[in-house]
Amino acid sequence: MLDIQPHELRVGDPGSRKYETFSYLPPFTEEQIRDQIRYIIDRGWTCAVEYTEPERADSAYWHMWKLPLFGVTDVDEVLRELKACREAHPDCLVRLMGYDNLRQTQGLTLVVYRPETEPEQC
Amino acid sequence: MSAKGYEAGVKDYQLTYWDPDYTPKDTDILAVFKVTPQPGVPREEAAAAVCAESSTGTWTTVWTDLLTDLEHYKGRAYRIEDVPGDPEAFYAYIAYPIDLFEEGSVVNVLTSLAGNVFGFKAVRGLRLEDIRFPLHYVMTCGGPPNGIRVERDKLNKYGRPLLGCTIKPKLGLSAKNYGRAVYEALRGGLDFTKDDENVNSQPFMRWRDRFDFVMEAVHKAEAETGERKGHYLNVTAPTCEEMLERAEYAKALGSRIIMHDFLTAGFTAHTSLANWCRRNGMLLHVHRAMHAVIDRNPKHGIHFRVLTKMLRLAGGDHLHSGTVVGKLEGDRAATLGWIDLMREKFVSEDRSRGIFFDQDFGTMPGMFPVASGGIHVWHMPVLLAIFGDDAVLQFGGGTLGHPWGNAAGATANRVALEACVEARNRGRDLEREGGDILRAAAQHSPELREALETWKEVKFEFETVDRLETAPAE
Repeated sequence: MLDIQPHELRVGDPGSRKYETFSYLPPFTEEQIRDQIRYIIDRGWTCAVEYTEPERADSAYWHMWKLPLFGVTDVDEVLRELKACREAHPDCLVRLMGYDNLRQTQGLTLVVYRPETEPEQC
Repeated sequence: MSAKGYEAGVKDYQLTYWDPDYTPKDTDILAVFKVTPQPGVPREEAAAAVCAESSTGTWTTVWTDLLTDLEHYKGRAYRIEDVPGDPEAFYAYIAYPIDLFEEGSVVNVLTSLAGNVFGFKAVRGLRLEDIRFPLHYVMTCGGPPNGIRVERDKLNKYGRPLLGCTIKPKLGLSAKNYGRAVYEALRGGLDFTKDDENVNSQPFMRWRDRFDFVMEAVHKAEAETGERKGHYLNVTAPTCEEMLERAEYAKALGSRIIMHDFLTAGFTAHTSLANWCRRNGMLLHVHRAMHAVIDRNPKHGIHFRVLTKMLRLAGGDHLHSGTVVGKLEGDRAATLGWIDLMREKFVSEDRSRGIFFDQDFGTMPGMFPVASGGIHVWHMPVLLAIFGDDAVLQFGGGTLGHPWGNAAGATANRVALEACVEARNRGRDLEREGGDILRAAAQHSPELREALETWKEVKFEFETVDRLETAPAE
């Protein structure tokens, strides 16, 4: 028998879905999340929090949690907003964004929380 | 009325074309050539000859010269410099008035500067090292059809390099089997797969069949992973009509991106395609096939940084840049220099990286450099350190050669990349700690563990043939 580990994807299977940067690594610890928040702030980018129902994750636009955290340089404050969004929307994906207004782009965006159970989708 | 009379005969070029007191205008196109003259030819004469033959002059005076405003139109050789480490050659700086050139036409600039002088008998070797395009000229060119920012927004990919894979073997697969290879690589976690540069429309795989099967594979991988993907469909063709027909079909199938071999196809064809891409919102990956014929010999040809600038002006969203560490040639400092020319709005003169002039691109967007050729997962940390986030890293054999197949190879590369990005963001030193970072990530990824085992001994360590000339350290 060939010694190859199976690795199949299914369209409806939440386990097959990925969410771009860092989604191929194991879920981040709080310490790891803080490090990425710090990286965004150190670069002069603006942190922002967004969330979405998993069925809508392929859209460019997720729901905005409040407004981007302009001028916020405290890692704990950003983490508090992420957690508050998570608590308010436990069935949603939550992502942390770093807006770079000088280059007109997002310097870094990563999904931080996934729902406990994700629905099967067609 | 012309002040001078007509004096027939041959005169020294330097009387007309060597002008060391000239201050280049902001509107001039400037060029620097590395000249290896025939023995006995004075430098000023050789420089002036190159200048004359690439602007208004010819080997003898002609009466019609006096019907023109020669002072306005002539090129001027204005500076000469030694080449460190090469006593035979020298750098000649030449300024060309902007209205010698058709607007928006790198074809015309290339023909003018390089069309006539390279076979000139007075010169044994000639290399066009750099061109300064004034902003006035840059503004007449189309530039990248999308650019780095728009591409990231369209693909929804931020904070990391993009990952690709050229499908191998280069030639011989059927369209359906080819699509299988594409699907497997994309579903494993790559962003892109790529046609090889010479995959056009051969008897073993016609272009339309390839496009059909590849797009089926791309859509399947997107639906399953939820991430946006693309395959660079090669539209290089024997004629412009067929090139555009293939581009239109790629668009009809919903492809996000196509590719083109700009040197073998020619700048006219390429500029037309870039304009089509701009009008149709299509990403354009550009391959540099044949560049080494032109740029590898340090004494003769055109340096790659010139080809890079011309391609950015004509239009491209990705351009192959060399990897520094893989199987193909490329000196690190020089590569960093032309990577800046691909990506930045303004690049300052920096002789340590081979940049001879300040170059202002204005608001023209940047292109992704593409590192492709003999790289594998062990190179990931140093590639990220050299290229930064705004690059495409392509692993052909390094994906398809995984013992468990493409998907596992793709996953191994994606995990390795993300682990390196995470480590870098936390402040770790990629070049020193790269091995540790990869090994730690492999603990959570059987695919990566297998890949690290498979490629651990492979290195490409030969001396670079073409190195930057810099003065030796004291």
